[in-house]
Amino acid sequence: MESYLFPFDGLLCMLLGISFTLWFTLLLIFIIVPAVFGVSFGIRRLYMKSLLKIFEWATLRMERGAREKNQQLYKPYSNGIIAKELVSLEQEIQEVRRSGIPAPEPEFDMSDIFSFCRRGVESIVDDEVTKRFTAEELESWNLLTRSNYNFHHISTRLTVLWGVGVLVRYAILLPLRVTLAFTGVGLLVVLTSLIGLLPNGWVKSSLSEKAHLMCYRICVRALTAIITYHDSENKPKNGGICVANHTSPIDVIILASDGCYAMVGQVHGGLMGVIQRAMLKACPHIWFERSEVKDRHLVAKRLSDHVADKTKLPILIFPEGTCINNTSVMMFKKGSFEIGCTVYPVAIKYDPRFGDAFWNSSKFGMVNYLLHMMSSWGVVCSVWYLPPMRREEGEDAVQFANRVKAAIARKGGLADLLWDGGLKREKVKKVFKEEQQKMYSKVLVGVSEDSRPFPVRRTSHNRQQV
Amino acid sequence: MIVVLSRSMTILLLLKVFFCFSAVSHSQITRLYSRFHSLDKGENGALSREDFQRIPELAINPLGDRIINAFFPEGEDQVNFRGFMRTLAHFRPVEDNEKNKDPNSGEPLNSRNNKLLFAFRLYDLDRDDKISRDELLQVLRMMVGVNISDEQLGSIADRTIQEADTNGDMSISFSEFIKVLEKVDVEQKMSIRFLH
Repeated sequence: MESYLFPFDGLLCMLLGISFTLWFTLLLIFIIVPAVFGVSFGIRRLYMKSLLKIFEWATLRMERGAREKNQQLYKPYSNGIIAKELVSLEQEIQEVRRSGIPAPEPEFDMSDIFSFCRRGVESIVDDEVTKRFTAEELESWNLLTRSNYNFHHISTRLTVLWGVGVLVRYAILLPLRVTLAFTGVGLLVVLTSLIGLLPNGWVKSSLSEKAHLMCYRICVRALTAIITYHDSENKPKNGGICVANHTSPIDVIILASDGCYAMVGQVHGGLMGVIQRAMLKACPHIWFERSEVKDRHLVAKRLSDHVADKTKLPILIFPEGTCINNTSVMMFKKGSFEIGCTVYPVAIKYDPRFGDAFWNSSKFGMVNYLLHMMSSWGVVCSVWYLPPMRREEGEDAVQFANRVKAAIARKGGLADLLWDGGLKREKVKKVFKEEQQKMYSKVLVGVSEDSRPFPVRRTSHNRQQV
Repeated sequence: MIVVLSRSMTILLLLKVFFCFSAVSHSQITRLYSRFHSLDKGENGALSREDFQRIPELAINPLGDRIINAFFPEGEDQVNFRGFMRTLAHFRPVEDNEKNKDPNSGEPLNSRNNKLLFAFRLYDLDRDDKISRDELLQVLRMMVGVNISDEQLGSIADRTIQEADTNGDMSISFSEFIKVLEKVDVEQKMSIRFLH
């Protein structure tokens, strides 16, 4: 019996050995070496084009299937599902009173309630904020079960294709990517620790730059990210702050593989902590202890000190403070805009057809998220470097922040919202409701000559802390 | 999301039984179920008041609490998808009824009368089918906040009741309410149109 198995055993070992060697050689030639030198064979773009063709076919097949059964395909529309009134609430209520003459006494109309009521119910059916905190719904199917809403329209051919897709993604792409990821991170830690031993100077900073870029490029290939950089002449320079919209932790890798930045963040424990400490040895990043994060003055001081030193790299900050699903840009926190240096805005837009890059931190942990990313087809995104902006005379930090936000939203084709990304986890502040009440009171009272200040009933919650 | 869809299939069958939804299209019901599911953070098939208050635009609406209350039947604090759809059905545009003339169906939920009844119930806090001076004052206070004095608000309420009250009981009944608003385009103000 044993002699029967023996030749096959040897043959099997030999085959495994050869395939592993082949695997690693291919890996080295086609992925790691180009990453080190920053060149590209164009394999990823070819991959992207062929995938797109397959997705189009899949969607058409589903539509045909739906038509045969005389049903309609479920098509998600992220631009809104109901028609909303274009006039503001104030104008709508004023229209009822359009008599032209300011009334001597407040006019209350029982029909005022209709406007409040309808707008309330409209926001229940479709509101602007809560849908930004969940993954965007895709219009065409990208062969991932996690994004399919028309499951019952799938034919046999499509199921086979999907099966092949699963095989390719989990058996071929995932191990490849995990290997690359470990290589990239490992190299980063080792190289930066080595470079940290050198004395400060031109050699150290240039070597550190090369090491960082190389490792980030390997990580980019670990995610099969196909990134298009636009307007590279506006790339951030030393002594400035780079601000970008935030969709996922991958944003950092995407930006850092094209330029060197000083990162800002909280000190973590575990593997992240090891990486952070290693990176700090090679070039100055800004890591805060958990307790220091609350102290706004300390944060501002450290940022301004860093920015004042022109030899240090530009700081990378995400002013939204939390991950948003890449359909909109939410309120920018004013902290980084108060420092008074040049701001380099960057817009990042992910192509939703290939996989959703949004990290829903309330649903998935970081490891789960990375596995999701590595087992999907890839990440396709565009990065636009916008021209630098400075705070103008008479503009305060909030107005400056809004101006930058509007520029980023316009370039990336995203909706520009005034709502705070913090609403993902917190309740909205009462002051906004009070503003609505004030507006209605103004309409009620009308504009009259002899308006006298009213004795207001004193209540305990008169003015909330903003 | 596949879970959402297969559940919606069964719900669709159930809903088709209720005539008031037969004029609502398949895709509209699916969309609303998807919305219901995304609001239902506890994933127990029913919404609580907290789920509604998580919508920022509703939380800053001065009448937000009254609107939320309209979804919950007397004494209950959970609303299922059927109840959710039933309340939303009040806001269907009236033209939709032209497609579905069923003589046995009775008055549809989105008739002018029922839309007015919905608004009436926003004022009628204790559900006794009358809007008393006190109830009117409370609702007015919700809408204006702290910006108008008690005396002024009181006189507004008095004047409103005076104009509407025809039978002299110092409160507004539903028929008096209808009379006051007979010239208002209720159908347009209380309708929500789907884009697709």
